[in-house]
Amino acid sequence: MSKILIIAEHDGASLNQSTAKCIACAAEIPDAEIHVAVFSDNGADVAAAAARVAGVAKVLQVENAANKQALAAVLAPQIVAFANDYSHIFGPSTTFGKDLMPRVAALLGVNQISDVMSVLGSHNFQRPIYAGNAVVSVEAPADLIVVATVRIASYRAAADGNNAEIAASACAADLPDHTRFVDLQSGKSDRPDLQTAGKVISGGRALGSAENFDLIYKLADTLGAGVGASRAAVDAGYVPNEMQVGQTGKIIAPDLYVAIGISGAIQHLTGIKDAGTIVAINKDEDAPIFEVADIGIVGDLFQIVPELEQALS
Amino acid sequence: MEKILVGLKRVVDYNVRVRVKSDGSGVETDGVKMSINPFDEIALEEALRIKERGEAGEVIVASIGGSEAQQQLRTGLAMGADRAILVETNDAVDPLTGARIFMGLIDREQPGLVLLGKQAIDNDNSQTGQMLAAIWGRPQATFASAVVLDGDKAKVTREVDIGLESVEVDLPAVVTADLRLNEPRYVKLPDIMKAKKKPLDQIPLADLGVDTATPIRETKFEPPEQRQKGIIVEDVPALIAALKDKGLL
Repeated sequence: MSKILIIAEHDGASLNQSTAKCIACAAEIPDAEIHVAVFSDNGADVAAAAARVAGVAKVLQVENAANKQALAAVLAPQIVAFANDYSHIFGPSTTFGKDLMPRVAALLGVNQISDVMSVLGSHNFQRPIYAGNAVVSVEAPADLIVVATVRIASYRAAADGNNAEIAASACAADLPDHTRFVDLQSGKSDRPDLQTAGKVISGGRALGSAENFDLIYKLADTLGAGVGASRAAVDAGYVPNEMQVGQTGKIIAPDLYVAIGISGAIQHLTGIKDAGTIVAINKDEDAPIFEVADIGIVGDLFQIVPELEQALS
Repeated sequence: MEKILVGLKRVVDYNVRVRVKSDGSGVETDGVKMSINPFDEIALEEALRIKERGEAGEVIVASIGGSEAQQQLRTGLAMGADRAILVETNDAVDPLTGARIFMGLIDREQPGLVLLGKQAIDNDNSQTGQMLAAIWGRPQATFASAVVLDGDKAKVTREVDIGLESVEVDLPAVVTADLRLNEPRYVKLPDIMKAKKKPLDQIPLADLGVDTATPIRETKFEPPEQRQKGIIVEDVPALIAALKDKGLL
């Protein structure tokens, strides 16, 4: 039997959907017992949310003032303190998990499997390499604990409908104070979160300015969609970096992805290849984005986007 | 601080479209252009800027690999690094072993800061920096978009999913570079000539006494599933009809 510990990602108030995606991945491992660990300073709500996710057998709630912010150097020794009870430890391949999990793996003396995209067995997985240009099947050593991050664009979040036991858990690990949180600048908006939105509208360099990006926001609001951007649009300063979709930004898998004025560089396409339906609006009919788009429309975005927005509102 | 240690990995150039070998045993690397991992180049640029501000005495570049990795180290020296170290091995090096090798270099050099790329663009693991910080027992600041040194501390801005996070870390520490930390300089011809005279130490891996980790075994390589090209519609009403057809509106 596999006993899997999943490290919950949360902001102190709510559980990030990446956690339910890790649970969905772990549930593919045969004969698995899945526990979720919530490290926080006040995590009752987050622990309750984790306990509702289908497939979870138990939630460990670890309260400590030092866990107010998710600092890898502080969390890693606490996770290691629980590791003896588990055959696998999973975290999401978000910036939270990418930062944290290798630190856990190193303390446990094992290599990590990064970006699990499919489960072939308890110690066998597939993961992308070379910016998604190849997929490699990997086998973890059978006699060592498996530490992995889960490529969240590859999984649908496990549904709610559970009532798992929540256990307040103590952890005696020695915590360092050499790393201190200062602040977080976030362009948090009321729009759906880019990484979990069912629909995403993205704009590229062809928008031409930050002001013109309003066209994208308007269409997104009409559709109830999240907003993304190409690296070119971020580098040109039209939008902040957290909106970047692609290999070096966010890898997403919405049901509907609309690429507006985005030519479709490989690094961008890597970020959207798991989207349900891709729509491309571009004036260059030879743009690479049309090679992967399910529906394309060739023309001037400054005419098409307002027309589309009006027709839908 | 006296020294900054920078890691440079030799990887397939980012402009090369990588292909999987037909027998599934790996990816095609014969005759393919090789370069410094782009994120490592950014890490080096940051180290050079810190030195040029007078905040560090020496920038050391280090790589792990066969003698061909000297090319990338020479490029690093041409960019402005003071000296180079090649830890020689012809075997593939997994991230944990790589981190242990860098720990061996830290023991020898005692740097005040270690700068690495946030990930290598070949295996896309994004592990080595975090693992090095763990076994060193020091802070890590990953995905850095700004680094400001202040005595025995550094303030690092990190690119995280929800925005920009700032952390303060005690030095020494490991910082991994993200895309927007800086734009690396171009190497000029006279610098390439000068770089030939800079010291490049070769250390056989065995001399470091590193305990090799058990790797994750790679059993089969495949090309990714390709998306099929779809339809082109003429106008907005046709687009809306196609979306409704798929139940997306």
